[in-house]
Amino acid sequence: MSFDYDKYIRPGKLPHIWCPGCGHGIVMKGLIRAIDTLGLQKNNTAIVSGIGCASRLPGYMDFCTLHTAHGRAAAFATGVKMAKPEMNVILVGGDGDGTAIGGNHFIHACRRNIDMTYIIMNNNIYGMTGGQFSPCTPTGAKASTTVYGNPDPAFDVAKLAIGAGATFVARGTAYHATQIDKLIAEAIQHKGFSVVEILDDCPTTYGRRNKFKSVIEMMNRLKDIAVPVKAAEKMTAEQLEGKILTGVLYKEERPNYTDEYAKVIERAKK
Amino acid sequence: MAKKVAFLQGNEAAAQGALYAGCTFFGGYPITPSTEVAEVMSVELPKIGGKFIQMEDEIGAMASVIGASLTGAKVLTATSGPGLSLKQELIGYACIAETPCVIVNVMRGGPSTGMPTGPSQSDVMCAKWGTHGDHPAICLTPASVQELFEETVRAFNLAEKYRTPVMVMPDEIVAHMRERIVFPEPGELEVINRTAPSVSPAEYKPYDTSFGDVPPLAAFGSDYRFHVTGLNKGQDGFPTTKAAWVQAEEERQVRKVEANVDDIVTFEEYELADAEVAVIAYGSTSRSARFAVNEARKQGIKAGLFRIKTFWPFPDKQIAALAGKVKAFITPEMNLGMCTGEVKRCAEGKASVHGIFRVDGEPINPGQILEKIKEVK
Repeated sequence: MSFDYDKYIRPGKLPHIWCPGCGHGIVMKGLIRAIDTLGLQKNNTAIVSGIGCASRLPGYMDFCTLHTAHGRAAAFATGVKMAKPEMNVILVGGDGDGTAIGGNHFIHACRRNIDMTYIIMNNNIYGMTGGQFSPCTPTGAKASTTVYGNPDPAFDVAKLAIGAGATFVARGTAYHATQIDKLIAEAIQHKGFSVVEILDDCPTTYGRRNKFKSVIEMMNRLKDIAVPVKAAEKMTAEQLEGKILTGVLYKEERPNYTDEYAKVIERAKK
Repeated sequence: MAKKVAFLQGNEAAAQGALYAGCTFFGGYPITPSTEVAEVMSVELPKIGGKFIQMEDEIGAMASVIGASLTGAKVLTATSGPGLSLKQELIGYACIAETPCVIVNVMRGGPSTGMPTGPSQSDVMCAKWGTHGDHPAICLTPASVQELFEETVRAFNLAEKYRTPVMVMPDEIVAHMRERIVFPEPGELEVINRTAPSVSPAEYKPYDTSFGDVPPLAAFGSDYRFHVTGLNKGQDGFPTTKAAWVQAEEERQVRKVEANVDDIVTFEEYELADAEVAVIAYGSTSRSARFAVNEARKQGIKAGLFRIKTFWPFPDKQIAALAGKVKAFITPEMNLGMCTGEVKRCAEGKASVHGIFRVDGEPINPGQILEKIKEVK
C-alpha cells in the first residue's frame, strides 16, 4: 500500500506554489514520512518558517503552523518552545532566509542547543524574488545580481551549524529522497538543536542562469557530488575534491536549553 | 490589613505591573534605559514557573514574545528608541497576525543612538507610524511610578482584549525615578484574560468575524491548530490576495481600536473648568506643567492642565472640545513638536497652540512653562 501523505496535508491547500522541478516538495514529503514514523501528534507539533519559497511549506501542513517574517523563524520558534517545551518544534526555510537575514537567530539557536529541528532547503539562491545570489551561492555562479559571476564566497551551512554549537547536524539532497525522512526523523529524536541541510535545486532562477539544461541535469549533479560520510573515510583528499558529504555529519550530547531553564526555575523557587 | 508599600524605580514598577497582570513570558535584549525591566523579570518569572529569555537581538526578542503569545502566554518585552526601531518589523507582524503583546519602551534621546541616558519624548510618533502599512496603535504615557505599574496592567488588558500589541512609553525620567508605590491587592485592579474559542476545533477560524471585530485566539499546543502568517490573510488565517477579503481584514484591524477609543483613551483634567490657558502635557513633563499651573493660579492666571495618559489613540474629541473653551494651548514636550502637531490638528484653529520643545536631554522645568503661560494669557 502506498504511503498516505494526505492525512498530514491540510484539505484544500494544494497545489503548492513550487515550480515544476523544484526540490522543496521532495523535502516536504520526507518531513511527512519522518513525522509519521515518529508518530508526532498534530496538536503538539509546531512547524515554523520564515519567508521565501521553502517557507511556504507550513501552510500546507495540518499542524500548528507559523509563517513568520523573513529570517525570524528560529526566534519565533524559540518563544514557542520556551513557553511550551512539551511541543515538538520544527523549523523549515531556505538558505537566504536562514543564513543571511536570519543568520543571527540561526547561530544563537545552535548555541543555546534548544530542542528544535531546523530543516534548511539549500537551493543556492533567492528564488521567490527572482534569483538573486544568497550566502550559499557558489563563487562564480550567475544570479540576477551577479551577472558577471558571484564574487562572494559561500557558507558551508553544516560547518556553520557545528561551529555555532548545534548538537546534531546532517546533510542530504533532494536526489536522495529516501534518505531525507531518515535524517529528519533522527534529527527530531535528538535532544538539542538539530540541523538538517537538504541540498536541492531551483531550476527556474538558478538552473537556467547556470547552464543546467534540465532538472534532470541538476538532480544528477546532486547525485554526483554527494558522498556518504562513511564512504568518504576511505577516499583521498583528491578524490573528495568538489564533493559534498552527506549523512549525519555531527552528533554530540549536551544539555538542552529548556531542560537547563527548568533547572533555573527549580533554583529560583528555592 | 495595611497595603504593601515600596519605594520603587519606574522600570521596576513596570515589571511588577506585568506580573500583577499575569505575564509569564519575557523576551528581551539589554538596552539603556529600560534594562531594569528585564532584570526584574529575570529574577521574578522563574519563581512562578514563568520564562525569561535574553535573545540575540531586539528583533529576536520581539519574535520570541509573539511565538510565546501564540501558545497562550501573556508576554512582555522592554526596549528603548534604537530597539523600538528594530522591533518595528515584528510589531507590524503582531498587528496583522493579531497577537497580544506588551512593549515597554523607555524614551531616550534620538534619533539613532542619540543620548542613551537622557530623557526624551520623541518616540511617540514611532509608536503609531513606526511600522509600515495601516495598523492599529495603542500607546500609554504614564507620569509616575504608581501609574507606570497601573498602566502596565492596563496595557496587558488592552492587548488581550483587542488582540494587538500595546506600548507603554514612560520617558526616561519616569522610568528611572524612585517614588512611593502602593501595591494594589490581587483583584483590586481589573485583569482581563484572552477570550478562548467557543467553537469546536473543527469549526475554529483564527480571524472569524462572526465573533465581532476581535475574534477569539486559540493557543498552539491545545486542541486547536491553525495557521498564522504575516501575509494578508482571510478569516481562516491563510494568505489571500482576494481584494474584498484583504480590504475587509485591513479595515477591521484598524477599526477594532478606532471604534473603541472611549474604552481605551484615558486622560486627566486639572483646573480646566474656568481655564483660559490649557497646558497639554504627558509623562514627566506633565509634572512640571502641574507645578506651573499651580503657580499661575497663585498669580491669578486662569490656567489648567490636560494630561494625556493614552497617547494613541489620541484624545482627539477631548482636545477638540477644549479648543472651543480656552484661548490658548501650551504644549511642552521633550521633542520638536510631535504632540503639538496633533493638538493643532484637533484644535482646528479654534485655540492658538504654543509649543515648548527641548531635545537637549534636560527636562522641561516649571519655570519655562509658567513663563509661556504668562506670555500667551
